[in-house]
Amino acid sequence: MSTTPLRLKELSKKEDLLTGGHRLCAGCGAPIAIRQIMLAADVPIVAANATGCLEVSTTIYPYSAWKIPWIHTAFENAAATISGVEAMYRALKRKGKISEEIKFIAFGGDGGTYDIGFQSLSGAMERGHDIVYVCYDNGAYMNTGIQRSSATPFGANTTTSPAGSVIPGKLQPRKNLTKIMAAHGIPYVAQTTPAHWRDLMTKVRKALEVKGPAFINILASCNRGWRTPTDRAIEDSKLAVETCFWPLYEYENGRLTINYKPKEKKPVVEFLKTQGRFKHLFSPENEHLLQHSQELVDREWEALLREEAMWKAEEEKEEQKD
Amino acid sequence: MKGWRELEIGAVTEAGSADEYNTGSWRAFRPRWIEENCIQCLFCWIYCPDSAITVKDGKRGEFDYKHCKGCGICAVECPGKKGKKAIVMEEEGK
Repeated sequence: MSTTPLRLKELSKKEDLLTGGHRLCAGCGAPIAIRQIMLAADVPIVAANATGCLEVSTTIYPYSAWKIPWIHTAFENAAATISGVEAMYRALKRKGKISEEIKFIAFGGDGGTYDIGFQSLSGAMERGHDIVYVCYDNGAYMNTGIQRSSATPFGANTTTSPAGSVIPGKLQPRKNLTKIMAAHGIPYVAQTTPAHWRDLMTKVRKALEVKGPAFINILASCNRGWRTPTDRAIEDSKLAVETCFWPLYEYENGRLTINYKPKEKKPVVEFLKTQGRFKHLFSPENEHLLQHSQELVDREWEALLREEAMWKAEEEKEEQKD
Repeated sequence: MKGWRELEIGAVTEAGSADEYNTGSWRAFRPRWIEENCIQCLFCWIYCPDSAITVKDGKRGEFDYKHCKGCGICAVECPGKKGKKAIVMEEEGK
């Protein structure tokens, strides 16, 4: 089977499998990621979609923006649904009733993935289904009006972690779901953003390619919840990567690769200051919170660097033995 | 009680029918394409949340104003030519 080169000119000749006319907000990051995922795939895709912005807004009855077989599932079970579809596919294949090569993707937001769908996701990964789970992480329950999730960053103002005289936004750090998925020991885990379209598409192809479960965590800007102008989705994603708030990395069979290291790591305030949800952190009495935000980013980034260095040293040792 | 075989099929809609739906009326700002400044990098196309950049044979054409919501991402990401943007945002109704 031929694969489309990852060049925009070539990719643009493919059919867009998510149409316009969906009702996600102007400037939403999620559909940018979804379009890229489906453009990257050169095989037929069947998708399950957890409840959330993406599901609601792309399928307002009687319309659907999807040009692939697509199943709406509840908030908590997108991974279970796609597991079932994949198991059925294997059974039909075994019985000789289907010969076509088909791939299976589940889409969920951070609410449906980090929180509500977490147990079904963990179960599907452990059972080893040949599926890809994609989380588009916009860092809160945006669909219902910006409630905090376990993906919401430290200090963010949401309707259930309101910044004011009692608390300065969310008190807890973000859960590191990508690392938790890596701890499942599955063949492929990655983190990316739609601003880095080539990185995203390469990762989607790797995820579809591996036999067994794969997980991709995609940062997806939400201008309503992040309190940004509608044209910021790509710029803010770039800042997330340049500040190492959202590093681009992947685990292939447990081995970590950092896909991009900024020449000069920007301070995390560069990412925070463009977003209204962090505005209160910039008042003088909250300076220590900005420092803490930086510490959280540094801790994660340095741990990644150490881990990658360990793998490299390990491989050098192996090479010397040979 | 009916078995599942007797039940009517639920909310199955035609694939991609949202294409018929007009979201262009949401726009407060309208992107304008200035072809002479366009280097055909297609960043506008890959970053559009609404599939609202028409492309033919690997080259972009006019905006699909039926779907464009006027977010302005394309104008921000447009590198333009010699410092001149190929996409500018203009207020609707002016």
